[in-house]
Amino acid sequence: MITSGKGGVGKTTTVANLGVGLALLANKVVLVDADIGLRNLDVVMGLENRIVYDLVDVVEGRCRSKQALIRDKRYETLYLLPAAQTRDKNAVSPEQMKKLCEELKAEFDFVLVDCPAGIEQGFRNAIAGADRALIVTTPEVSAVRDADRIIGLLEAAGLGGARLIINRIRPDMVRRGDMMDIDDILEILAIDLIGIVPDDERIIVSTNRGEPLVAADNALAGQAYRNIVRRLLGEEVPFLDICRQNSWFGRLKKIMGLGG
Amino acid sequence: MNIRALLNILTGKQDSKDIAKERLRLVLVHDRAGVSPEFLERIKEEVIQVISKYMEIDENNTKINIHRADGTAVLEANLEIKAIYRQV
Repeated sequence: MITSGKGGVGKTTTVANLGVGLALLANKVVLVDADIGLRNLDVVMGLENRIVYDLVDVVEGRCRSKQALIRDKRYETLYLLPAAQTRDKNAVSPEQMKKLCEELKAEFDFVLVDCPAGIEQGFRNAIAGADRALIVTTPEVSAVRDADRIIGLLEAAGLGGARLIINRIRPDMVRRGDMMDIDDILEILAIDLIGIVPDDERIIVSTNRGEPLVAADNALAGQAYRNIVRRLLGEEVPFLDICRQNSWFGRLKKIMGLGG
Repeated sequence: MNIRALLNILTGKQDSKDIAKERLRLVLVHDRAGVSPEFLERIKEEVIQVISKYMEIDENNTKINIHRADGTAVLEANLEIKAIYRQV
């Protein structure tokens, strides 16, 4: 599951990009939008016009899970299970979610659950079906605070060992001392890092188009997502040194042996 | 120390990220302590266990809490002593 506590930190974008990234490496992937009532993953993926059935239809037995899955024509092995838009989070129970995820796990290499913001029913549903958790945060006090709360709740639910994605880092602001850096956040949250993603306008452009950025070779944020994908697959990949990119000041400090 | 930190000391300024980190650190002390009611209760029991090696404590008149004071977080323990054991 991909979760964050706070809304608007980039969970859905992360799910879309990791899903496409995994599918590009020939993994069979299904993306599950667990945000019942506020579905978004479909538009981020550009699949909003192909929805026939949704997650609630599946758990209530109106269709089989296969009928509700939308195959992404651009990536052979990528599927989406959309959330219902007209129901609320209580339409699904943790038991139903668990059963659904078990069914999907048998069929797919990866089941990525896009967890809704908050810590209510939708969050508990996502936990019920999950084997491991990725937490998305941004370098802001509110987002890191919520991530801390989520880590506690995950541990209490037996989902320890969650890994962190720090999203929307702005290297220029970090260099000015106006944004917490990766080490600051890791020191506070004390969990494993799985990825850092720089803030990138092209994320908005790609979301406008409904085409996840990860497939674009030239974007640094795309590279960041591809690295996370490889780490999910068990590879050791060094973290992007985004705070030093194109920084004459960083290079100067390096030359002077002052680190940073 | 890097150049910016040195400049900050000279000009008496503080990076906004350090302010953010400090605020976060304090708010998390509060959040984590407040999340589970058993947390402070467990600390209280263990503190009593340790202190009881040296003195007799009135467990009914023991209070432990965490509060914020002037930019720091403080763990405050109030234990009523009934008697102190003689030290050998």
